[in-house]
Amino acid sequence: MPKLNMVQAINLGLDQEMANDERVLLLGEDVGVDGGVFRVTDGLHAKYGEARSIDTPLAESGILGTAIGMALAGLRPVAEMQFSGFSYLMFAHLEGHASRYRSRTQGQYTVPLVVRMPYGGAVRALEHHSESREASYAHLPGTKVVIPSSPRNARALIVAAIRDPDPVVFMEPKRSYRAFREEVPEEEEVMEIGRSRIVQEGSDLTLVAWGAMMRPVLRAVEELQEARDVKIEVIDLLTISPMDSNTIVESVKKTGRCVVVQEAPKSLGVSSEVIARINDKALLYLEAPVKRVTNYDVVTPYFGRELDYIPNPARIRRAIEETLDF
Amino acid sequence: MPLKKLEQFSVSHLQILDEEGNVDRDLEPDLTEEQLIQLYRTMNLAREHDQRMLKLQRQGRIGTFGPCTGQEACSLGPAFAMSQSDWFVGAFRELAGRLAMGEPLENSLVFHNGFEEGNANPDSKRNLLPISIIVASQCLHAAGIGYALKYQGKKNAAAVTFLGDGGSSQGDFYEAMNFAGVWQAPVVFIVQNNQWAISVPRSKQTHAATIAQKAIAAGIHGIQVDGNDILAMVVATRDALDRAYAGEGPTLIEAMTYRLMMHTTADDPRKYRSEEEEQEAWKREPIARFRTYLEKKGMWDASRQEAMEKEIKETIDTAVRSFEERTDFKPDLCFDHVFGTRHEEIEEQRAQFLADRRLDAAKEASDA
Repeated sequence: MPKLNMVQAINLGLDQEMANDERVLLLGEDVGVDGGVFRVTDGLHAKYGEARSIDTPLAESGILGTAIGMALAGLRPVAEMQFSGFSYLMFAHLEGHASRYRSRTQGQYTVPLVVRMPYGGAVRALEHHSESREASYAHLPGTKVVIPSSPRNARALIVAAIRDPDPVVFMEPKRSYRAFREEVPEEEEVMEIGRSRIVQEGSDLTLVAWGAMMRPVLRAVEELQEARDVKIEVIDLLTISPMDSNTIVESVKKTGRCVVVQEAPKSLGVSSEVIARINDKALLYLEAPVKRVTNYDVVTPYFGRELDYIPNPARIRRAIEETLDF
Repeated sequence: MPLKKLEQFSVSHLQILDEEGNVDRDLEPDLTEEQLIQLYRTMNLAREHDQRMLKLQRQGRIGTFGPCTGQEACSLGPAFAMSQSDWFVGAFRELAGRLAMGEPLENSLVFHNGFEEGNANPDSKRNLLPISIIVASQCLHAAGIGYALKYQGKKNAAAVTFLGDGGSSQGDFYEAMNFAGVWQAPVVFIVQNNQWAISVPRSKQTHAATIAQKAIAAGIHGIQVDGNDILAMVVATRDALDRAYAGEGPTLIEAMTYRLMMHTTADDPRKYRSEEEEQEAWKREPIARFRTYLEKKGMWDASRQEAMEKEIKETIDTAVRSFEERTDFKPDLCFDHVFGTRHEEIEEQRAQFLADRRLDAAKEASDA
């Protein structure tokens, strides 16, 4: 199996789906000739031509609005928002139309599209290039939100997102784009949307995270397990919405302790929802309060100080130990 | 160095049938008697249904809606000109066009009484999207549909979208014309310039002399049309569609009309415009002039009018009766179509919803 980084892995998934299905096409700013500013769509313009790899005018609402029309008329558009920080201009179309068409027409008209967007911090970028706003999208019924964490699951999930009958917001942790490589099978691989994955089994504490936080989480867990005789169960959420409650609840019933790690600001986010699900179905199994390791409820700092704000292995490890020792 | 003139632009206005019912023989489209009468009947059906819905709303039998009285020709002309493969991408004041596209009369009652079932046309073979309430957003969907039709190599297929003079201020309108222009996609944009966006007059939407000229910036065709002249609306849309089918790109049609009623039933125009202005506008409405035209052609008379009015009243009565007798509104419909496949969390919430509903009903029964 070739070892690919996340950029190459998503590119592989897009390439294979474009080869499989001529309804699939790409649109966005610089996605064509340039191959995207992160090169995720590199080579696809040369391979599939400009009708399937569309360099659009520079207008995010226009990109999603026209993608909705394409999907209504039978295509499978994969729209790119160059950075998630510019995606809010298309929010009205996601909230107002993409997520509602199926329900509005009782399934007569549907909007199977993917909106890809790099998100998250720690790449020393300008303002608006560092936020994690998955909660904003996850709050829309009718829209799915997927966040891969590694090259292999990114490839398997982008394929699933393209084939999904509903709109999928596919948030790519840009910090992980080229951070590491992983073996990715050449042959087709699809993961089910709506399912989390237990990355490693354990009995003492459940750790829930997603996206770019998986790397610091795994490092913290590894260091801790070397230092102490504990086994941490690590869950990679993968699909933010609709959330896979069962995997979390069953794990917490087993371990009785839980820490949730998110890159986004603390309040009213995905970690809050994870804890609410635990309260609903596993409260009486808890032996300690569920702890959160998150960013703070502040405007995302510029890159000069952002690393102090994003959860790091040391903070994560402290939270695990406090929860274990409660 | 002297300034060089790079481009010169002009904007045309099309009228074929004037307020008095006089027709320009050179521009008059070649329509059969049957087609002309069909246009006349549909405008009347939409007008009468509009007025009936107004009464129903005042009696509390349906909810808020936006009447289309006075604007029937703006959407009917295009719908009449459209091919079976075209897409109707409406806003919310196109009742006449929607009826011509084959939407059952009952749908508007169901929709405006608060049930999503009013959006579905499962038996329709036409591409008729539901009402779009977010102003001008639908223009972008039309641009995307146009792209898809071109990409799929569909023949005689275009997207026809509607918005108002208020909508012409939205960014989505400009983005849609711009995208469709770049793509040379088969799209027709129809602005129903009815002079009022709720309380805001056309003069406060744009300093431009016409809305038609907004096409110039996008590099697409633009024309202003008498939107109360059904013949001009048919001809202008046909021209636009012919260009679209031939790969010559999108067209913007500014249809000059007037919103004779309130914005929606929740609005009171007395707050912001005069009765005199409305009375003047009534002189230009589309139906009376078209009746004069038909009468002059010997196609219409008082007895035919009487028979049509009776038939329309019965058609509307039947639709209202059928709507009011309907009881098949499934309480948990909203859980059926969140996603294409069921999800356990949503199913769990559905079960809770139904259980709560049963408990509420039991409580109500025991209280009574």
